[in-house]
Amino acid sequence: MVEINLPKNSVVGEGKKWPAPQGSNLKEFRVYRWNPDDGKNPHVDTYSVDLDKCGPMVLDAIIKIKDEIDPSLTFRRSCREGICGSCAMNIDGTNTLACTKAIEDVKGPVKIYPLPHMEVVKDLVPDLTNFYAQHRSIEPWLQTKTPEPEREWLQSHDDREKIDGLYECILCACCSTSCPSYWWNGDRYLGPAILLQAYRWLIDSRDEATGERLDNLEDPFRLYRCHTIMNCAKACPKGLNPAKAITKIKKMLAERKV
Amino acid sequence: MTMRTPLNKVLNLGSAKSGTQDFWLQRLTAIANIPLTLFLVWFFISLSGANHAQVVALVAHPVVAVGLIATIISFVWHMRLGMQVVIEDYVHGNAQVILIIANTMFCALITLMSIFAILKISFGA
Repeated sequence: MVEINLPKNSVVGEGKKWPAPQGSNLKEFRVYRWNPDDGKNPHVDTYSVDLDKCGPMVLDAIIKIKDEIDPSLTFRRSCREGICGSCAMNIDGTNTLACTKAIEDVKGPVKIYPLPHMEVVKDLVPDLTNFYAQHRSIEPWLQTKTPEPEREWLQSHDDREKIDGLYECILCACCSTSCPSYWWNGDRYLGPAILLQAYRWLIDSRDEATGERLDNLEDPFRLYRCHTIMNCAKACPKGLNPAKAITKIKKMLAERKV
Repeated sequence: MTMRTPLNKVLNLGSAKSGTQDFWLQRLTAIANIPLTLFLVWFFISLSGANHAQVVALVAHPVVAVGLIATIISFVWHMRLGMQVVIEDYVHGNAQVILIIANTMFCALITLMSIFAILKISFGA
């Protein structure tokens, strides 16, 4: 059944308030902390950062915190420009990328949690094993039966345009972890990110496995858990619309039946 | 403890290769329910102030009887599919199977009883 309350060992407590540095432009950051090794419940630590000595993005601030205040703070980051998807986390109540979220856009203290409803590895690092396995399950590569041409597979400009709004997905998991259907049935429902990726291959004019791909998606749980709640489109830091892609998959399935 | 790989867990028993029929029927009954609701409103307004004989006569009218049966089938089918979605979303394990069976049985029962009642009145008790 759906769990409304957090399990006892996941109830979040108040953590340490770290001493504020000198400065006139201080901003509070309230960050979720959980260490698998200390046996304690998660807690929220409070840090203060002088914005005059910090970059503009939330990622700049947490790197500064890790560098200068608390080296034990754990999070993923890599490209710092919104293309790798590593620093996806819940900031100010919305799943987004810490590297493209401006600190000045957050009123009051900046509240930072890991992506919702995922197992936590440590602090802000969620376990994405299932998410990646789901991505693998849709076989996200070009599949053809026609013998490979000597040069590249050809695609018209019009057909190439159909992948716009899909290929940009960086698999950060902001959308999937914002989706209530994915929270309740994440073990069986593929979720918005993976279904958008699936549609990216379904609509690719060069791919010759469209029928098999649709067969594998046609399932009450894998696909039809989407109820167009639209949290995915709201959360996507790249401005994509997974819900629309899912609707198009449903349309393709209806078309081959009706 | 399980030593299945993450991909093994995701692939699980494979795709059910169904769901599109239910998806389509839910939309189809949704569309049908718009005129049927208007019909039902008209039906209830027509009944206001009517005595027993007039009610029986109205229900026995072929167009009205067919309309009522269509309404029952479309409404209940839509209700069953909607309820099943809620059960699949929020209830897991054995309870899910039991509730889906109960939902289907309940819907079949009220459909049959309603149609029987309409036919009985139509064909003159």
